[in-house]
Amino acid sequence: MAGVWEVFRRERAGAAMQHAGSVAAPDERFAKIYAREQYGRRGESDALWLVPRDAVQEIDEFVDEFDLKYRRVDGYSIRERLREARELAGTSLREVPGETDA
Amino acid sequence: MPERVDVLLSLADDELILGWRNSEWTGIAPFLEEDVAFSSIAQNEIGHARALYELVARELGSDADAVAFDRAPEEYRCAPLVQARLVHDWAATIARHFLYETADSIRLDSLKAADDAELAGIAAKMDREEVYHRIHAEMWADRLRGEARFLEALDAQWRHALGVLDSEEQQRRLVERVRELGFEPRAAEPVERGLSDEFTPFWEEMTMVRRSAPAGARW
Amino acid sequence: MDARTEEFVAHVQSGGLVESGDWMPDEYRNRLLKFIEMHANSELMGVLPERDWILRAPTLQRKLALTAKIQDEVGHAQLLYRVVEDLGKPREACLDDLVAGKSKFHNVFHYPTYTWGDVGVIAWLVDAAAIISQKALLKCSYAPYARIMRKICWEESFHILHGRDVILTLVTGTDTQRELVQEALYRWWEPLMMFHGNPIPADDDPMVHWRIKSQPNEDARQQFLEGYVPQVWELGLTLPDPKLRRRDDGVWEYTEPDWGKLMAVVSGNGPASAERIAFRRLSRAEVDWVARAVLAEAA
Repeated sequence: MAGVWEVFRRERAGAAMQHAGSVAAPDERFAKIYAREQYGRRGESDALWLVPRDAVQEIDEFVDEFDLKYRRVDGYSIRERLREARELAGTSLREVPGETDA
Repeated sequence: MPERVDVLLSLADDELILGWRNSEWTGIAPFLEEDVAFSSIAQNEIGHARALYELVARELGSDADAVAFDRAPEEYRCAPLVQARLVHDWAATIARHFLYETADSIRLDSLKAADDAELAGIAAKMDREEVYHRIHAEMWADRLRGEARFLEALDAQWRHALGVLDSEEQQRRLVERVRELGFEPRAAEPVERGLSDEFTPFWEEMTMVRRSAPAGARW
Repeated sequence: MDARTEEFVAHVQSGGLVESGDWMPDEYRNRLLKFIEMHANSELMGVLPERDWILRAPTLQRKLALTAKIQDEVGHAQLLYRVVEDLGKPREACLDDLVAGKSKFHNVFHYPTYTWGDVGVIAWLVDAAAIISQKALLKCSYAPYARIMRKICWEESFHILHGRDVILTLVTGTDTQRELVQEALYRWWEPLMMFHGNPIPADDDPMVHWRIKSQPNEDARQQFLEGYVPQVWELGLTLPDPKLRRRDDGVWEYTEPDWGKLMAVVSGNGPASAERIAFRRLSRAEVDWVARAVLAEAA
C-alpha cells in the first residue's frame, strides 16, 4: 500500500477529537473513503479527521534535571503544614473530609 | 401489469441483483479497506431495492420480500449488465460499477422529474446516496484508465450499459457523460432488457431457503 | 531473566500498558504478534463460511444484516492486521503465510455450513463465544490491541442480536424451520466446546503471564456455558452431550473434548480447511495486479 493515514474521530458534538485508528490506502482520495467506511458507516462519529502518518510528530522527551517539583501536584505537602498550623492555633486536629495533600 | 410497477421493478431488480453481485466481493476484494467500502455500496443498493419493492408491494397488496423473492424467474426485469457474475475479475467489476452508476444517474435524473411524486421522491433519495457511489466508481476508473484489461472490460460491457436505459435520448446522454469522464465508448447496439441463461439457476439458489417453507412463513 | 525484562513483567502484571513504540522483550513481541495475527486471520477466514448465505438469505432484512455482519468481520481483520503491521509484520507477509497454510486461525472457521440454521447458530453462539474472549482482551497489556477490542466488541453486539433474532424466528416457525436450528446445533456443539482452547492453569499459561490474555481458557468456556446453555435449553432445544450439566457449585461439567483434534483443526486439517485456504489463495492471486496497478498510478 502507498501510505498509512491516521484517523481521528469525534464521538459526539462537544467531545474531543480522539485517535481512532489508521487506514492503509493508495492515496488521499481512497483514504478518505476508507476512513469514512471504517469509522463512520454506523453513524458512530460526529466528525472524522485524516492525517498522513508522516505528518504526525511525536514529542517524547521530557527533561527535568533540577527537579522543578513546584510544577507538579506532588510538589507540595499541604497536609503537613496545615497540621502544624492547627497545632499552633490550638484548633481541632480532626480530619476534614475532602482534604487532600495538595 | 401497470406501467408504474414495471418501471419500479426494472429499477428494483437491477439494484437487487447488482447489490448481490457487488456483495460477492465480500471478503475477497483487492484490499481490506476496499472490501469494507464496496460492501457498503452493495448494501445501499439492496436498501434501494427494498424501498422500491415496498412501493410495488403496496400497489399489489403484498409485501416487499414476496415481491423480491416469490416471483417466478421469468418475471424479473433486471438488465443484462447486472446479471453477469464477474468475481474474481476486478477490472470487469469496476467497469460495470462505473458504467452502471453513470447510466443510473441518467435514469434517476429522468425519474426525479417524474409527475409521480412518490417515484420522484424515492429517485431523489437514491440519487443522493449514489453521489458517493459515483465518487467511488470514478476514482477507481481514473486509477485504472491505464490498464488494458479495464479498457477491454469497458468495451465489452458498453452495449449492456446502454441497455440499462430506456430511450435513445438517455443513451445519448450516457455516451456524452462517459466521454466527459475521459473514456471513448465505441458505437454499439444496446442489449435489450432480458434474462440470461444463468438467471434461472441463480434464482433457484437465491430462493432455495425461502422456498423450503410455505409462503408467508417468517424468517 | 534480565532486569529490564523483569521490570517489564512487573509492569504488565500490575496492570501497566504497552504502546507500539515502547521497548518490549522479544518473547512478548513474538507471542503477541502471533496471537493478534491468528485473530486477524480468523476474522478474515470467518467470512468464508458465511458469505454464501448472502445470496440465499430469505428476506431483504436478513440479507442486509448478514452482509453488514460480514462487512464488520472484514473491518475487524483490517484493524487487526494494522496492529500486526505496526508490530513489525506487513499485511502481505501475513496473507502469504495464511494462504501457504503456515499460520493458524480459529477452529470454528474450518467447518462447512449447510443450512440457514448454521447461519443462525454461528451468529448466535459462535459470536457469543468470541465475544467472551474479546471482552477479556479489553484488558490486554498491549494497548493498541485493547483499544481495537472496544470497537470490535461494540460491533459484535449487533451480530449477537441478529443471531438471536434469526434463531427465535426459526424456533417459533414451522417444524422444518425448527429442525434447521436443532440439526445445526448438533454439528456446531463440538467446535464450540473446543473454541476457547484446552484448559491451562493461569500460572502455566504464558499468555496470562504476559497479560496478553487475562482470562484462562477454562474460565472463558465456563462463562460461555453459563450464559448460553440455559438459553438453548429454554427454547426446548437439546445438545449432543449427555454429560453436560451444571453442578451445585456452579461449575459446568461436560464431555472432555479431544484436544488433539483441536490442534489438528487449527493447523489446517478441519473439514473445510483446505478448500477455504485454496479459495483464499485463488482470490488473492486473481487481484494481485490491482495493488500494483494502483500503486503505479500513485507513484
